[in-house]
Amino acid sequence: MHTRRNFIKISSIGIGATAITGGVVKWAVGSSSSQKLSGGIKSSPIWKKFPTYCEVCFWKCAGWDYVTEDGQIQKIIGNNDDPQCNGRLCPRGTGGVGMFSDPDRLKTPLIRVSKNGEQTYREASWDEALDFIAKKMKEIAEKHGPESMALFNHGSSGKYFTHLLNAYGSNNVAAPSFAQCRGPRDTGFDLTFGESVSSPEVTDIRDTRCLVLIGSHIGENMHNGQVQEMSEAIDKGAVIITVDPRLSTAASKSKYWMPIKPSTDIALLLAWIHVLIYDDIYNKEYVAKYAEGFNELKEHVKDYTPEWAYGITTLKPELIRNTAREMANAAPSVIIHPGRHTSWYGDDVQRSRAMAILNGLLGSWGNRGGIFFKEGFKIPEFPHPEYPKPAWSWQDTLNGRYQFAKEAVTNTIIEASIPEEGKEHIIKGWIVSGTNLVVSIPLKEQLMKAMQSLDLLVVVDTMPMEITGFADVVLPECTYLERYDDLRATAHREPTLALRMPAVEPLYETKPAWWISKQIGERLGLGAFYNYTDLKEVLDWQLKQVGLSLTEMERIGVKKFARKTPVYIEPGSDHQFKTASGKIQLCAHELEAAGFDPMPKYTAHAQPEDGFYRLIYGRAPMHTFSRTANNRNLVALMPENAVWVNPQVAELWGLKKDQYVWLKNQDGVISNFSVKVRVTERIRWDSVYIVHGFGHHHKPLTYAFGRGVNDTELITSIKIDPIMGGTGMRGNFVTFIKDKPKQEAKS
Amino acid sequence: MAIDTRKCVGCSDCVVACQTENNVPVGFCRDWVVEVVDGTYPNVSIELRSERCNHCDNSPCVRCCPTGASHFEDGGIVLVEHNKCIGCGACIEACPYDARYSHPDGYVDKCTFCIHRVREGKNPACVSVCPTRCMHFGDLDDPNSEIVNILKNRKFKSLAPEAGTKPQIFYLV
Ligand code: SF4
Ligand code: SF4
Ligand code: SF4
Repeated sequence: MHTRRNFIKISSIGIGATAITGGVVKWAVGSSSSQKLSGGIKSSPIWKKFPTYCEVCFWKCAGWDYVTEDGQIQKIIGNNDDPQCNGRLCPRGTGGVGMFSDPDRLKTPLIRVSKNGEQTYREASWDEALDFIAKKMKEIAEKHGPESMALFNHGSSGKYFTHLLNAYGSNNVAAPSFAQCRGPRDTGFDLTFGESVSSPEVTDIRDTRCLVLIGSHIGENMHNGQVQEMSEAIDKGAVIITVDPRLSTAASKSKYWMPIKPSTDIALLLAWIHVLIYDDIYNKEYVAKYAEGFNELKEHVKDYTPEWAYGITTLKPELIRNTAREMANAAPSVIIHPGRHTSWYGDDVQRSRAMAILNGLLGSWGNRGGIFFKEGFKIPEFPHPEYPKPAWSWQDTLNGRYQFAKEAVTNTIIEASIPEEGKEHIIKGWIVSGTNLVVSIPLKEQLMKAMQSLDLLVVVDTMPMEITGFADVVLPECTYLERYDDLRATAHREPTLALRMPAVEPLYETKPAWWISKQIGERLGLGAFYNYTDLKEVLDWQLKQVGLSLTEMERIGVKKFARKTPVYIEPGSDHQFKTASGKIQLCAHELEAAGFDPMPKYTAHAQPEDGFYRLIYGRAPMHTFSRTANNRNLVALMPENAVWVNPQVAELWGLKKDQYVWLKNQDGVISNFSVKVRVTERIRWDSVYIVHGFGHHHKPLTYAFGRGVNDTELITSIKIDPIMGGTGMRGNFVTFIKDKPKQEAKS
Repeated sequence: MAIDTRKCVGCSDCVVACQTENNVPVGFCRDWVVEVVDGTYPNVSIELRSERCNHCDNSPCVRCCPTGASHFEDGGIVLVEHNKCIGCGACIEACPYDARYSHPDGYVDKCTFCIHRVREGKNPACVSVCPTRCMHFGDLDDPNSEIVNILKNRKFKSLAPEAGTKPQIFYLV
């Protein structure tokens, strides 16, 4: 009798219901509150609420944790005062309590031991685990120097370990969010405007008249504020242009969907630039005032006509012209959205440059509905002694490569951890905080080699992610719902501060990262850098410096401040961009001097061989990378990923809807697990698509284990961006295996 | 309730919010998201919409309930009184929208339009959480309400009108 309905009913039927136009159907919601409530319906109880900001993704929306009389976290609701979420969390934030209640959480410190010749973990006390780490770190420092300790991090906890390493004498601190994600965009925009678009992005989507998305799938990437603003823009009638080989959710809401042949985006961008310049519809006044290098650019794009681009992109010249005109009509209220995950083909800085140049030609930076100027609020740092100066840092391992990397490149830190004859700088110990490196970094072989050679690998996490299986010591961190953390100081339209405080006591033996960092620091003799007993003292001190207090913030959660600087370029003002010359660099001589093209060029990339399809990956709104695949509050919404296949391809292969297949890539790598087929008209026939973050192969993730496939295991061909070291991951091709491949074929 | 399919991104926040607001057991739901794909590549369109009990004016579930547990509450909201419900499932069969499920505790459960919140003057949980603000809830009898205004000015449809149930959720198209 207990029917279990399909959770999300995905149907591919035509529209069934008929549309009725106009007319109001009579129906009312009673307002008499004196009526007796019927069975099973309780009125809202009075719960305690505690301020927090969400940690399920990097957007960090502020909200309230509601705690019941018996101490259970009942729900998490957005904070109305937070401009980052406007009182509305996304599904992951709403379901964030699943991180707290996950039965598979790390519960005690673990130390790797050898038992009867087999490696295993045993539970350890905190003292034992921390002593072990401190001892190893000291050994590493004595033998190689403190610089030989490195940190990989993602999320709020990274700060405390960065502080630890800086205090110890190392600044080898890297995050996959640079080289594996937004690095190319940040570099490309920086080279053009002298600064990048930050996070949360300074795109004025809510007031834009034309939004251009190049492979950015807002709505599937649930970057809350942007999703909200895109919805507002739809209401206001903005034109959306989406360039994507797949009919993404955003594409389905667009006036123009441009299903481009993947890897050819730069050709389209150059053609758009060509049309703007040669049809004389660019923003002349703005370009004359704020940009330099226009003549070089004009000459450069002379031959890049829409007809030229048609042969490359498969997009009709008329469509390219029309969309360019839409942008020009809307200018300067137009955004060529910089995207976020931009490490695709190895020439990604150049693609980002082309996008930045388009924004420059249209005059969007500094104008309403374009890109605005952010303003933040400075919170003073809690006093500590000056950090020692490291004898060397990650820059010294580059040997002239990746000159424009402004942040540490994960892959080069991994490289520096592989011992080789005559290597001057070697890394011997890693702390990994909040990032599942095994899934987030391609270049598996290097990564494995590096991890095998380390003297110490510490993993701090809330969950037994794959990376924990490689650690010498695993430290169980409490979730964001159980701890204080640094203040969230956001620079955006309005400067804001947000507080995170615990709603409940930490479960099991878990501890907050600030405490872990302090404990290790003190064991290393760095006590002076941790001159407090509780993070609350730090927060209160910081808040008092700016006329607030911890008590006050605990009450309000979010504090907004009035802006002191203009949001847009003021009429008549002589705005200086943050480039060396103060002008937008349409032609980047800086790049030229370093041996790169000063203006973007189109390079042809490898195309799939017969029977292979380009592997495209992306996000689903209810999941964050690989970290929510085990969250019981979210998994039912999407328990596994599916491989999207065009119906023509499905027919060719005899693939049926919901059939399970294995994927094999161009290098013969076969997916660990099989994946469901989704036959859909929403994708080109030369590509397949999967949502990133599934196919966990770590058994302790009892729910996520074996569900779906992991895209990164199939990404074995990496194109490194020579400008900043980004790892281009979209040059991989897969084919289908319909019968269960032999066991040994599994990696 | 009116739901704007032009704005919904199918994120399912409405589903998660309903679950935490109403203690819906894991694995069940009172609302869900549907994606309808139309056309062939490259002329494809999709509609995303959040569905739930339609609180029909002419509701087959209320009609067929042998115990009177399924009933109309003030304002026309269709509710199930858990204490009276014997879990026979007749209403589950009768509902053309598949909006009801058997709660593990032995009764039938479904969307209540968050009547406990509505009575406090709040929006239903799903409406109040939706990041795209694509859902609107209000009094259809009040000519000045936001929802009446929206329905006056926008094209809309309802689901399975041929079933004759007079559904009270309108999808803006
Ligand atoms: S966008 Fe969603 S997951 Fe990210 S911080 Fe906001 S609520 Fe949390
Ligand atoms: S929360 Fe809103 S946007 Fe998300 S699926 Fe539900 S109705 Fe659609
Ligand atoms: S109105 Fe309330 S009960 Fe109904 S679907 Fe929305 S949140 Fe759930």
